[in-house]
Amino acid sequence: MNFIFAPLIISAISSVLAALIYITDLIANNYGEVNISINNGKKDLLVKGGSPLLATLANEKVFLPSACGGKGTCGACKVKTLSDVGPVMPTEIPYLSPAELNDSIRLACQVKLKKDISIQIPEELFNIQQYRARVEKINDVTHDIKEVHLALPESMTISFKTGQYVQFEVPPYRKIKTPTFRAYSMASEPAENNKVELLIRLVPGGIVTTYVHEVLQEGQEINVTGPFGDFYVRDTDATMICVAGGSGMAPFKSIFKNMITTGTINDRVIWYFFGAKTSIDMYYLDWLYALDEKYPNFHFVAALSEPEEGTKWRGATGLITEVMDQYFQASINKDFPLEGYLCGSPGMLDACMDVMKKNNMQEDKIYFDKF
Amino acid sequence: MTPDLNLMSLFIGSIFTSNILLANFLGMCSFISISKNMQSSNGLGIAVTVVLTITGIINWLVLNYILIPTNLLYLRYIIFIIVIASVVQILEMIIDRVSQSLYMALGIFLPLITVNCAILGVALFIEIRQYSFWQTLLYSLGSGIGWWMAIVLLAAMRKKIEKSPIPETLQGTGITMITIGMMAMAFIGFSGMLTVQ
Repeated sequence: MNFIFAPLIISAISSVLAALIYITDLIANNYGEVNISINNGKKDLLVKGGSPLLATLANEKVFLPSACGGKGTCGACKVKTLSDVGPVMPTEIPYLSPAELNDSIRLACQVKLKKDISIQIPEELFNIQQYRARVEKINDVTHDIKEVHLALPESMTISFKTGQYVQFEVPPYRKIKTPTFRAYSMASEPAENNKVELLIRLVPGGIVTTYVHEVLQEGQEINVTGPFGDFYVRDTDATMICVAGGSGMAPFKSIFKNMITTGTINDRVIWYFFGAKTSIDMYYLDWLYALDEKYPNFHFVAALSEPEEGTKWRGATGLITEVMDQYFQASINKDFPLEGYLCGSPGMLDACMDVMKKNNMQEDKIYFDKF
Repeated sequence: MTPDLNLMSLFIGSIFTSNILLANFLGMCSFISISKNMQSSNGLGIAVTVVLTITGIINWLVLNYILIPTNLLYLRYIIFIIVIASVVQILEMIIDRVSQSLYMALGIFLPLITVNCAILGVALFIEIRQYSFWQTLLYSLGSGIGWWMAIVLLAAMRKKIEKSPIPETLQGTGITMITIGMMAMAFIGFSGMLTVQ
């Protein structure tokens, strides 16, 4: 009879202990309903107290970044607290700098909700949502770059800063057994808040790019999450030196379209350098040259590094870094403050950084999106 | 059969000569990682002592009034772990509610302790050595104090070591392991005077 008896004893002991925990939890851990006020009342949540802030917020669909899932080992879930939430835990101290401690920054996973609190989180965290988007249209813009237009569900909109990106989820296909995620900059402008446009270049052997180029069909539904990223146009009047290659065009398309829509394109000087190998890799030329002609402060320079013989090419020839360097010497007013915006492959970015630094641009004024 | 042991020598022995950490090498993980900081070491030491004493007694009760009468001794590992985990949970909730400062000093270490093998080790020693209630109480308390003392000693030494010219390859855990080894030799050196079993 032991085989019945033993589990019974274990169950009995476990139940007694579980009951004890439950009772203690009810009595000792009952903080009633507490109110979380986020960003000075921008959002108010009435929740059950007694749990860590991070988990409570996640339940309410406010997603703070967290890599460890609330164990206090990654230090990603930092929030600024505006009201007293109790003393700083020793478990938090390794992740907080003295400046952050002074600023009442805390780790959300270590802050237990015991009373009404007020916190401040970056505005963009409100915006991060998952969308079940429908593929509206797929256009070929070059032989290996596709424009993917996604329509968001009717009830949802996306609010983002130009230059930010979304996570694109590819479901398992062919030999790939798990979903794969890649980040793509949005090429659409914030004014079109019910759609997302991406430029996706085929990378030989790439899981996501192969899927987009060979499997993805118009009308299909796909998950995107966003917006993320700190590559966006800084609100200054410094001259923008923008450099892109390949599908690095995407954030700049979004940035320039948005500037046209909001009428700010002539507010500051913009230099846009776009580099490609041969003329078949070039795209959007008509649109960009038209902008160049229409707006006196907008300058577009396209460069081919290996132009084919015999085809007519109106732009510059040479590596984009060399071309940019020539313009630095000849045309760009270096007495005026400059800001660099780079989007392209790591190799191109590093080379551009070198040229920009050589021309006395400050490193902390060069913003980039590496992919 | 309960071993014939003077309670006092059991208590002293469990602190020094049969130190749960340095003689049995139980509870090493938090011992090494927390001992970087004196204040945390102290807090963890107290927490281990409290939890060891309480779970030691409860496990003794469970052992003698449930497991032995029902002839289910082979379930002791599972049962001891369940008891330890639940007691730690309950303790944490109570401390959190009762005193914020006590929680700051002890409470945050409690979840760490659930998986501290010294706690389970003590419960199993109690079973193997067939301690009586009072022996259990003093042995658990003594082991806790011994653990506490060892981590505080190590934290103090590490503070000194930090400022010493240690060869680069030995810095951090390397020199700590060597230090622990030497501490263990020093403690075990006295084991001829008092043997706990």
